[in-house]
Amino acid sequence: MNINLKSKLGRISLNNPVLVAAGTFGFGEEYTALINLNKLGGIITKTVTLEPRKGNPPPRLTETPAGLLNAIGLENPGIDVFLKEKLPFLSQFEAALIVNIAGEKEEDYLTLAERLNEKERIDALEINISCPNVKEKGLIFGTDPGRTFLLVKKLREVTNIPLIIKLTPNVTDISEIAQAAQEAGAEALSLINTVLGMSIDVETRRPKLGNITGGLSGPAIRPIAVRMVRDTFQKVSLPIIGMGGITCSEDALEFILTGASAVAVGTANFIDPSTALRIVEGIKEYMQRKGIENFEDLIGWLENSV
Amino acid sequence: MYQIKAKILFNEKIISGHYKMCLYAPGIAREAKPGQFVHIRIKDGYDPLLRRPFSIHRCEGEKIEILYKVVGRGTEFLSRKKTGNEIDTLGPLGQGFKISPDLKKIVLVAGGMGIAPLYFLAEKLNRENILILLGAESKGKILYLENLKNLNVKVQIATEDGSQGYKGLLSEFFFHLLKENSQIDLVCACGPIPMLKKIAQLSLKYKIPCQVSLEQRMGCGIGVCLGCTIKGKSSYLRVCSDGPVFQANQIRWKEER
Repeated sequence: MNINLKSKLGRISLNNPVLVAAGTFGFGEEYTALINLNKLGGIITKTVTLEPRKGNPPPRLTETPAGLLNAIGLENPGIDVFLKEKLPFLSQFEAALIVNIAGEKEEDYLTLAERLNEKERIDALEINISCPNVKEKGLIFGTDPGRTFLLVKKLREVTNIPLIIKLTPNVTDISEIAQAAQEAGAEALSLINTVLGMSIDVETRRPKLGNITGGLSGPAIRPIAVRMVRDTFQKVSLPIIGMGGITCSEDALEFILTGASAVAVGTANFIDPSTALRIVEGIKEYMQRKGIENFEDLIGWLENSV
Repeated sequence: MYQIKAKILFNEKIISGHYKMCLYAPGIAREAKPGQFVHIRIKDGYDPLLRRPFSIHRCEGEKIEILYKVVGRGTEFLSRKKTGNEIDTLGPLGQGFKISPDLKKIVLVAGGMGIAPLYFLAEKLNRENILILLGAESKGKILYLENLKNLNVKVQIATEDGSQGYKGLLSEFFFHLLKENSQIDLVCACGPIPMLKKIAQLSLKYKIPCQVSLEQRMGCGIGVCLGCTIKGKSSYLRVCSDGPVFQANQIRWKEER
């Protein structure tokens, strides 16, 4: 049987549906020693901002049951260094290249989009309106359908690059924000970003993170993410990149069956850098076993009762 | 850098709560330099979730050794691993000690488990040029004294309760040494942060170059996640990939507790 793993996110073509999530793969350099980046469906970069950002005070990480609570604070070298040093490196791979951007205000997002606009190698921008770890940043857009709509609409006007909007789970109804992004002309949606959380050292009576609160990722949040992909899939027609605690092909297939057109591996990259490539093989094996030739037939193929 | 399933050749208790594990890891053993570490996936499954970093304590042929103290769930699981088990090991990682060959007197300051990377360093240096200061709470908790004697290096000891050697903190003992010796070319230290802070500040005060090996909770271990940072002079530094060995003057010690 000839297995076809190709998937599409609007105008974005993927060789296979397994990507690596923003903030968990840097700009790819470190992983080249361990895996073949050409075999990934796509690489989503660490968030890039206009100016370099130093990030939050340590400690920035703490482990929780099957989870990782982080408050990195979008540390990154800024757009100038990205364009000069990171983009040429990332451009050499066959994987789709998706650049994640965030701003403090609307103009920042627009300037970033304009500066990335003419870079032909970039397949899409992922718009981070959902980072929980920076005081004044994107989350104010991502929790308000009206502001999401306006931001995406204005971005749409300044760039023709496909826009993927990354949504936060820290809202009452994620599908409302998804609808706003769709109406404003988004190409696809990424969900979910991390779940806002907190952890305390009772011996010292101090929060475990320098930033006090952080974003929870890892297997602990997977059921939350799967449910949110379902809600969104039922209400909007945009393709979805599902993410949240994916560690193996079974996890990835949960997202795909409930409506994701692609998945992204995040925290698991830290634990086993080969996770994404193992998932590609696992999905292929599953399709063979189920007699399904085209990956796209799997998307949303959920039986609606137990 | 290698990610391998390393076979455990032994995993034995050395003193209460402290273990030594030997792994068959040819690539890592060949490339490892003193001060580098391995990032070990303690068990399959996702709880505990993250890998755990351990200094490389020794390399011999195709084998590496780590020393560890049971401090939480991760190391507790690790201590129960049996000979013959395989364990997912990533390494060698990070920046090690940088020693120029013309140095004639190097003092290695090891607080408790701090001996782990410093033993590896001692093995690689000309033994006539080094002095090791070992610190522990009490006589029974001194790690590795016998092996150091076999290495044939000069060792001096400080215990907090005075049950062996100097009575008091290792940093105080180090201070006395500094006052008596003007001819120290380099200090290399590893141990708890409060100790390292004092050793670093004393070395800086006496204008002796000092390198410290730091510990921090880590995510990826290879410089991607930016989770293990500490405050450096001008920016945050990643312990996993900018370190774990730093020049003492790179660190903003005032802000370390």
